[in-house]
Amino acid sequence: MTGVLPITLENSRKIVQALLYSGKEYVCVMKLHGEVTEEQVKTVLKEFEDTIYQRPPLRASVKRQLRTRRIYYLDFLEMDGRNVLFKVGCEAGTYIRKLCYDMGEVLGCGAHMQELRRTRAGPFVENGDIVTLHDVAYWFMEWQQQKDEKILRKFIQPMEKALTLVPKIYIRDSAVDAVCHGANLTAPGVLSLETGILSGSMVAVLTLKGEAVALAKAVASAEEIMNMEHGVIAEIKRVLMLRGTYPKCWRSGET
Amino acid sequence: MPRTIAPWEIERKLLVKAEDKTNPHYGHKPEERPAKEYIQYGVINLDKPAGPTSHEVAAWVKRILNLQSIGHGGTLEA
Repeated sequence: MTGVLPITLENSRKIVQALLYSGKEYVCVMKLHGEVTEEQVKTVLKEFEDTIYQRPPLRASVKRQLRTRRIYYLDFLEMDGRNVLFKVGCEAGTYIRKLCYDMGEVLGCGAHMQELRRTRAGPFVENGDIVTLHDVAYWFMEWQQQKDEKILRKFIQPMEKALTLVPKIYIRDSAVDAVCHGANLTAPGVLSLETGILSGSMVAVLTLKGEAVALAKAVASAEEIMNMEHGVIAEIKRVLMLRGTYPKCWRSGET
Repeated sequence: MPRTIAPWEIERKLLVKAEDKTNPHYGHKPEERPAKEYIQYGVINLDKPAGPTSHEVAAWVKRILNLQSIGHGGTLEA
């Protein structure tokens, strides 16, 4: 198994949950155990699109109970004898090994997963900024010698990159430190927000500079938030920014 | 039947509720953070080699960069 594995450094570890639940894309070689036609394979691939039931395999890191998983797309790429190459976009927690086995059962001949490469994990894709372990070791050494920050930015992305697919709420400077201290986000602090937010959605709270302040759970939809003048609009779940980065702008009550 | 849209295919628009400015004296744009902070708030899009587990690979990155802690998004096994 090779491919996209986002590594979160130090403080950005806190955004791992946003990545864990994000969708994945794989390119896979499936080995068939008998002779079937390309047409039959294509038909079965189509059948497994949308919602599937899946019991995690014997060697799995979760409880082995039947669960549903979304398959966004399952595209046939190539077939050579008993080897089938396909691309699959799926919900987090889909076992591709199991998907191959199950498709083999439906085909009647049986099949297993031969090779797997992850081509996407949430916003991180294979092309563009992906680096190897060798690149990391090399660029880090180069940076230590030359002290040129450009080198650092060649192989490390800001953690905000990981939040690209999470709907965002931009807030006032004056609301930032309160959120850093765990206060829930209220309507007056909101400057702008992205469409598609529903009550219960995970949202990223950002400053106007684009820095992540916190991960939160929206308690109103985007349309409702637009019309609200006061009241809580999101419950803060994980604070990402260090307290005191922005000035404290609230009055504390008497103690 | 139209297929389920993948999270990366969703297009979002920005709704503006109020206008304000940000004070340049506080914070930094993510791509302009000073080096030390940039690493601490950084993510590496790593191409995992075949063989070692995700945990082992993450541990290697931690050692190469000489960091205290590290995490990875989604174990890449089976």
